[in-house]
Amino acid sequence: MSLELAPEPGRREDLPLELSDEQESVKITGFWMFLVTDVLIFASLFSAYAVYRPRVATGPGPLELFHFGPALLETLLLLTSSFTVGIAIYEMRKGRPGGVMAWTIATLALGAAFVFLEIHEFASYAALGATWHQSAFLSAFYVLVGTHGAHVSFGILWAVTLLVQLARRGLTPVTARKLYTFSLYWHFLDVVWVFIFTVVYLMGKIA
Amino acid sequence: MPPFARYLLHTLFPPDVLRPTEVGADVLILATGVIIMVVMTRRHKWRHLWTEWLTTVDHKKIAVMYLIAAIAMLFRGGVDALMIRTNLALPGSPVISASEYNAVFTTHGTIMIFFMAMPFIFALFNAVIPLMIGSRDVAFPRLNAMSFWLFAFGALLFNMSFVIGGSPNAGWTAYPPLTERVFNPGPGENFYFLSLLIAGIGTTMTGINFVVTSLRMRAPGMTLMKMPMFVWSALATSTLILFAFPPLTVALLMSLIDRLFGSSFFTLGHGGMPMMYVNLFWLFGHPEVYIVVLPAFGIFSEVVPTFSRKRLFGYETMVLSIVAIMLLAYGTWVHHFFTMGAGPTVNAFFGLSTMLIAIPTGVKIFNWIFTMWGGRIRTTVAMLYQLAFIPTFVVGGASGIMLATIPADYQFHNSYFLVAHFHNVLIGGTLFGLLSGMYYWWPKMFGRKLDERQGKWAFWLFLTGFWITFGPQYLLGLKGMTRRMYTYPLGYGWHTLNVISTLGAFVMGAGFLVLVYNIVYSMRNGERDLTGDPWDGRTLEWALPSPAPEYNFARIPVVYERDAYWDMKEKGQTLANSLTVRDVHDLELPRNSSLPFFLGLSFFVVGFGMVFSWWIIAGLGFAGVAACLVAVGFDYRGPKRVDAAFIRGTEVALGRLRA
Ligand code: HEM
Ligand SMILES: [Cu+2]
Repeated sequence: MSLELAPEPGRREDLPLELSDEQESVKITGFWMFLVTDVLIFASLFSAYAVYRPRVATGPGPLELFHFGPALLETLLLLTSSFTVGIAIYEMRKGRPGGVMAWTIATLALGAAFVFLEIHEFASYAALGATWHQSAFLSAFYVLVGTHGAHVSFGILWAVTLLVQLARRGLTPVTARKLYTFSLYWHFLDVVWVFIFTVVYLMGKIA
Repeated sequence: MPPFARYLLHTLFPPDVLRPTEVGADVLILATGVIIMVVMTRRHKWRHLWTEWLTTVDHKKIAVMYLIAAIAMLFRGGVDALMIRTNLALPGSPVISASEYNAVFTTHGTIMIFFMAMPFIFALFNAVIPLMIGSRDVAFPRLNAMSFWLFAFGALLFNMSFVIGGSPNAGWTAYPPLTERVFNPGPGENFYFLSLLIAGIGTTMTGINFVVTSLRMRAPGMTLMKMPMFVWSALATSTLILFAFPPLTVALLMSLIDRLFGSSFFTLGHGGMPMMYVNLFWLFGHPEVYIVVLPAFGIFSEVVPTFSRKRLFGYETMVLSIVAIMLLAYGTWVHHFFTMGAGPTVNAFFGLSTMLIAIPTGVKIFNWIFTMWGGRIRTTVAMLYQLAFIPTFVVGGASGIMLATIPADYQFHNSYFLVAHFHNVLIGGTLFGLLSGMYYWWPKMFGRKLDERQGKWAFWLFLTGFWITFGPQYLLGLKGMTRRMYTYPLGYGWHTLNVISTLGAFVMGAGFLVLVYNIVYSMRNGERDLTGDPWDGRTLEWALPSPAPEYNFARIPVVYERDAYWDMKEKGQTLANSLTVRDVHDLELPRNSSLPFFLGLSFFVVGFGMVFSWWIIAGLGFAGVAACLVAVGFDYRGPKRVDAAFIRGTEVALGRLRA
């Protein structure tokens, strides 16, 4: 019996485009691991927020500060964008770059509107004098919600570069993998927002 | 002098960086720097440095760079330790002042943990994990280089603090309110937070990389339960990193925002709460101690079978216990602050969970002993460190159990008993493990053995020095001496023990010098390893020539057994004697990239700007980071092709292929 050698890796045509190349599919596993760390970042921020929520010092508490309207609208925008990015991936599976571009752009527009509303919301609080210097509660609020907002903003910039790559190169295992990881990231931010909406806004208004 | 220049001078060179010790060190650094520059220029080595090292994505070269950094940092941390010890041997006439002492123990602890132990671990992971699992590199080679450069520039930022601006001085734990701006206005703590944030991003990426490498890059046939124990320890360590570093990142960020932008997380007024930081920090900190010790466990699990000529006893229980330790590590963090008054129920829970960890750890200790039992033991330097590790670590573990006994901890807490305990596990566990691994894998990394006789000298100096230093510290702790005190009155009966402890520290210092001599000597004169298998090894890395060629495996073998290479040797079918010319094909390897270096540099500029609140510089740095990320996105150069003729030539030259 002689030493058995492993075959060199080849293309897997039976798998979706983003998984067909071994190296690209390894990157998707890596991205999941990154998401694990990001979950932990938000978990830490949430636990800090939960502890700090009653510690309003002389500043306003959640009840006085928050308005339902903007938060609800933000939720609507972000949930819709999760739907549109889902369609973009569907189009990708069908091999239609045009559809991918269009639905990704829709996602970005919704994301941008979300960020705009959030900045507006923060600015309106700050105008009332509710800055993070005021209280530990406000510090925790701005940093928790702001970290999410910064993630969304980063996602928008990332997707813009992806659109350029897609326009230049079309759908390849590489661009497909990048779009796929972007969609994972975007869905993840949506899930985090659901928690923010519940813990920060809903529970803040009820308590 | 124009006001701007005066401002600059005053900010960069405040009085506490102009003390004789600091200036002396500055001169030395400058002189060394100039000498290196001159030699490099004379020998026209800059281009070589850039193309072969600074832009490399090869895991084997990244390993070498990590190792150099770790040894340099062991030196810096060691000098700090000697300064600490010198002061404590001379109560009444301290050599360094209280404020300088604060800076020195802070940098000592921070450097030893983050900039010595961590890169040393990553050096060994990088050097051997891909070889052990039969892979041509880690899962993400370019990301690996980015991790390294983030670490390196983070370390640079941290070490700069004693040359310009002033060192951090709030302990390696950096508890608020001591780190809040009102109490600590200089840039020192900014250096701490920013450098750890930057290096921490790198570490997190390394964690991702090695989780995916060990899960997805193994040779066919190597199931999880056939993975070498060192790979298991890398997987467990990396998983711990994924879960432990995010809370640290959040704690550091909150402190930084408090300091730079006036938020109120840990302030005393405005509802802030320093205990929040302490919880977040130790939510990271306790897993961190397992992050630094699990690799040592993994190393011993390779060293012991090789030098006992037996397979590892109880492999399954080894895996089980490493996973158990990994999980338990998250449930013990409160034991670092029992005295802060969380109440008896909480304390009891965490005291018990801490003691539970002794069970899987004990399992491992017994397994190593049973592996040696009846084996043909060779006392090489690598094995000596293991033999010293067992009793040393057991004492450290036992004193840990004493600390977990809550009523007793009210006595031990923050005393020299604690200092002795954690050095017992950090030196006896982590450092001995890493040195053992270094001696074991050195031939694989450099193609030569480290001289064994000199290595034994270094070993005995370290071991005896260790006990002389830290044995007395247990007694000092019981006599009530607390940690972080720069001097003490005579008449407490502390003096003699402190003098003994200091002597021990200098013995360890001598051990370090012998170690460095050992390395320098062996670079030129060490015994050449021509077979690739100098120790009669059992795992796949020994199937390759030393050092391994850039592509590692001309062909990747299929794995059948746990000790894959041992199995091949028993069947008489190794890569060296079975490969034929027809087996060798073209290969693809990742391409070198300068982006990791520039990404690290940009983060450094961000950090430097933020330390002094120079926002324009910080902004430039951020622009650099953004530019690097975009460039990464648009980098569509495919892999580098290595053609079969070249590989055949290399393998023939290595005597592994008949032409
Ligand atoms: C080489 C011999 C070493 C000596 C003689 C030494 C000595 C000391 C001493 C005397 C202290 C207490 C300072 C004080 O509380 O006033 C200390 C603190 C510390 N050491 Fe070491 N050490 C050594 C190696 C190490 C190593 C290898 C590590 C880690 C891998 C380490 C990690 C620490 C940490 C984390 C602290 C706590 C710093 C703080 O209080 O913030 N040390 N060391
Ligand atoms: Cu602990």
